[in-house]
Amino acid sequence: MRLTVNGEDHDLAVATLAELLATLDYEGDWLATAVNGELVHRADRSDHALSDRDRIEILSPMKGG
Amino acid sequence: MLTLYGQELRSRLLLGTARYPSPAVLEDAVQSSGTEIVTVSLRRETAGGRQGGAFFELVRALGVHVLPNTAGCHSVSEAVLTAKMAREVFGTNWLKLEVIGHHDTLQPDVFGLVEAARILSAEGFEVFPYTTDDLVVAERLLEAGCKVLMPWCAPIGSAMGPQNIPALRAIRANFPDVPLIVDAGIGRPSHATTVMELGFDAVLLNTAVAGAARPALMASAFAQAIDAGRQAFEAGMLEPRDFAVPSTPVIGKAVFA
Repeated sequence: MRLTVNGEDHDLAVATLAELLATLDYEGDWLATAVNGELVHRADRSDHALSDRDRIEILSPMKGG
Repeated sequence: MLTLYGQELRSRLLLGTARYPSPAVLEDAVQSSGTEIVTVSLRRETAGGRQGGAFFELVRALGVHVLPNTAGCHSVSEAVLTAKMAREVFGTNWLKLEVIGHHDTLQPDVFGLVEAARILSAEGFEVFPYTTDDLVVAERLLEAGCKVLMPWCAPIGSAMGPQNIPALRAIRANFPDVPLIVDAGIGRPSHATTVMELGFDAVLLNTAVAGAARPALMASAFAQAIDAGRQAFEAGMLEPRDFAVPSTPVIGKAVFA
């Protein structure tokens, strides 16, 4: 399945957003996720099925003004 | 006492967390500024997610309120999604809303700003909009649900200080009960004093502190300047006049010739 994660293309065999995070070694309660421009809450990641060509954003805290 | 969305605050200085030479210098600057609110951001995390984690721990350890921003967003949809993601991470309804309209001046897109403010206010966000000094836009933002306004006094990071004092004065005069924070363009403590003397409620700084040779010392200078301006506003200042007024009483003056 082709997925775009933070702007980079990946070819991965994962079923859910939670699996994607685990496969790419993302962990931490400070991460926020969105799929195709919609927020996916932390609690919903294991139920959120991914589809071919989904665009995933994974954000974390950064310094800011 | 300053109250922002029901939160009482002693400090009238809000501090950004970007552009410090090191995390330790940031911590020192926060301490010596006495700030109770710091601004933070969200960015794409590289695989592993450790970078954001370290910064998250640092911010939590500061023990101050966190005001996430939507810096870098150029559209309403980007800003709204970033806001929702920030709420997920930081667990606060507070949001410094930025919708940037111009690449060079980082001038807010005030049309998008009002639209995003309306959407986010309806979703329970407590929006701190980064806006221009336009009075009509200020009014629209209040109608959209904002209970705090953050007009610029000059472009972000420019250090130019207040460029349009009559416009700032007009916003203050028209909305006497709305907390007003000058965000962006302050370069020196005297700039901060100037806007506090106009009756603004607080100042948001970042580059002026982070870019100083000694950020912690500058943070302290700003804290004092902001307090001085506030006290002067509360004390009631004289209006300038064209002629001298003797300060020493004239009655009983000796006549020698």
